[in-house]
Amino acid sequence: MATTLADDLRPLHHPHSWVTKYVWSQDHKVIAIQYSVTAISIGLVALVLSALMRLQLGFPGLFPAIQPDNYLQFVSMHGMIMVVYLLTALLLGGFGNYLIPLMIGARDMVFPFVNMLSFWFYLLSVIVLVAGFFVPGGPTGAGWTLYPPQAITEGTPGHQWGIATMLVSLAIFVAAFTMGGLNYVTTVLQARTRGMTLMRMPLSVWGIFTASVMGLLAFPALFVAAIMMLFDHFAGTSFFMPTMQSMGAITDTQGGSPLLFQHLFWFFGHPEVYIVALPAFGIVSDLISVHARRNIFGYRMMVWAIVIIGALSFLVWAHHMYVSGMNPYFGFFFATSTLIIAIPTAIKVYNWLLTLWRGDIHLRVPMLFAIAFIFTFIHGGLSGLFLGNVSVDVPLSDTFFVVAHFHMVMGVSPVLVIFGAIYHWYPKIFGRMWNETLGKLHFWITFLGVYAIFLPMHYLGILGVPRRYYALGETAFIPQSVHLANAWISIAALIVFVAQGMFFFNMIWSLFRGPRADPNPWGAASLEWLTPDTPPGHGNWGPHLPVVHRWAYDYSVPGAARDFIPQTEPRT
Amino acid sequence: MAQGIDREVIAPTLREIAADWSADQEVFRHTHWGKAMMWIFLLSDTFIFSCFLTGYMTVRASATLPWPNTAEVFALNIGGQDIPLVLIAIMTFALISSSGTMAMAVNFGYQRDRRKTTALMLLTALFGLTFLGMQAFEWSKLIFEEGVRPWSNPMGAPQFGAAFFMITGFHGLHVTCGVILLLIIASKVARGHYDKSGDYSAVEIAGLYWHFVDLVWVFIFAFFYLW
Repeated sequence: MATTLADDLRPLHHPHSWVTKYVWSQDHKVIAIQYSVTAISIGLVALVLSALMRLQLGFPGLFPAIQPDNYLQFVSMHGMIMVVYLLTALLLGGFGNYLIPLMIGARDMVFPFVNMLSFWFYLLSVIVLVAGFFVPGGPTGAGWTLYPPQAITEGTPGHQWGIATMLVSLAIFVAAFTMGGLNYVTTVLQARTRGMTLMRMPLSVWGIFTASVMGLLAFPALFVAAIMMLFDHFAGTSFFMPTMQSMGAITDTQGGSPLLFQHLFWFFGHPEVYIVALPAFGIVSDLISVHARRNIFGYRMMVWAIVIIGALSFLVWAHHMYVSGMNPYFGFFFATSTLIIAIPTAIKVYNWLLTLWRGDIHLRVPMLFAIAFIFTFIHGGLSGLFLGNVSVDVPLSDTFFVVAHFHMVMGVSPVLVIFGAIYHWYPKIFGRMWNETLGKLHFWITFLGVYAIFLPMHYLGILGVPRRYYALGETAFIPQSVHLANAWISIAALIVFVAQGMFFFNMIWSLFRGPRADPNPWGAASLEWLTPDTPPGHGNWGPHLPVVHRWAYDYSVPGAARDFIPQTEPRT
Repeated sequence: MAQGIDREVIAPTLREIAADWSADQEVFRHTHWGKAMMWIFLLSDTFIFSCFLTGYMTVRASATLPWPNTAEVFALNIGGQDIPLVLIAIMTFALISSSGTMAMAVNFGYQRDRRKTTALMLLTALFGLTFLGMQAFEWSKLIFEEGVRPWSNPMGAPQFGAAFFMITGFHGLHVTCGVILLLIIASKVARGHYDKSGDYSAVEIAGLYWHFVDLVWVFIFAFFYLW
């Protein structure tokens, strides 16, 4: 259908009523906002759960309403919601939907109807997930990894209905993601505007594109694992269930393989880390380049690093299973492949630093968040080197060191990028400007707060404090300082929790009262800032599609009239 | 000789691929968006079936009870004699034949031959329905005569029934979706929808899906029935 690339609006679906414009919308920008609002709302639920967890850990016994069962349920739901329903949905469904067509100069996704279905399936999956809080027995408390046999065996909270709603919700989420992901990948491959070669795309698009491809290959494993566990749960099959004793009686199950679930789960789970990280890598590259008024250093290397990290991440999944037991040669293989990923990742970090080097750095709020990301990502990456090695990982496994590591590298880091990205693109999305002072206050409390929370956790982990424990009690190897550190972490976490109110207040207040934004307030060179209207109208580009003549990073070019040259400006 | 092919065929092809990927607008030149999307979807679906089959192989290895002899389980008693795998051979034949008729339908579609395209697509759907009917027969024979259940199996490992019903069921679901898709597209062809839009790509896209479902069956056949 090469003809639809021409400057006509025929293939677009035109909304006629308020409902088709804002509810059953097929416009990628509206779908992006629907996705983002849903993801952030469910993310707030997970944030509240983490606050409840910290209340229990910091001040054990002070809140009798939090029982051990509840604590495990909070842990499990917090993890799954944050990883899948917030980060994946927000970065791909939210930013992917908004940025891809605008950044590559398309009028919409290639199949807007399928794109719309993607959101409604996602919303359904969130509703089923939330239903887990209201079924008898409450949501699952099996940990976010949902390992069988315990996930569906008596004694685990939510083993009856909570786990079922979780698995059904995940299967629906995979269907939703597949519909969205197919659109993102096909749009990037087939619907770019004239002059927009793959190697002229902004790195945000590269990150989202690669992550979408990975999602299409990784989510099938989660889907299959969910289906098989649902069979084990409701049809009495023994895919994952060995012969075992439960509540003093031998179960009916026999001959299944619990390790099979772990392999399927982590074949999804490890790429998932990079499905979240790669869009963040891409977006942060653009933020740094724009606000440092410098072209991104080593653009080609940045692209190849994204692609290579994506490919390698499919070869490292069993490093999550060192303590599950495996042939030592496999341990060697997975440790090696894991550490090799450090090379393309280090290339990216050096390139971000070299982009900043001698740049004309404007420390606006998006830039602050971008630089903060470099800090937290380096810290999380370095603790990853410990956990990637089998012999170092085994004693650290299942301690707070692991919690600190993955919160630094895939919790805090992408969330900082998301904050930066929202501040960065907000003027384009809503046509208003947010409050700078409030934004900076939000940044400093969040940034210093996450260090106050997660640095002490490394110390707890090295002492051997186990994770997922409701309370430590009087344990001989745990010194008094651990309790002090736990109380400190909880107080810091609650401060950061409350500080997020500033962000929401800033965003909502500015929506109505913020000053009108300039169409291109940061002086950015990429296409999304060059739309005829702000916010961009239906069809994005008015009568004619833009024509691209250069890459997205022409900043501070010697001899140019301004300190940036838009992508649409012809080369002389 | 080998060097000649290298210079005349492989190198220019690689150059063309590189040129397409580094060009603007489209990576796959003159390719219908739906066709590109279907290919990517099929790649994703391949991973789903691969995970199912890997899971099946793993539980077959971990099962504590013996695996039933598939030659005996899937035998059909015809004229007082047990013939192994006869039903499955006919099912496979029907499905492979449907790929043939589908390929012909795509060909006639691009020739704008409305009548033949419709007829061949209906024939393909009919082959698909035949396959589903025989699968229903096979399932009921296993359930009612042999007593195989997802959770138990009189002939040995319970994982046999579990994996069999899950994987053939999931594939059967794909065939059912395929038949519905074929019927929808065939009726659109018959009503001249694609003559008006001037684009018969939908027939080819449905064909891609159909061939994929057949190909998956070949793997299920090999791994489940022959092993």
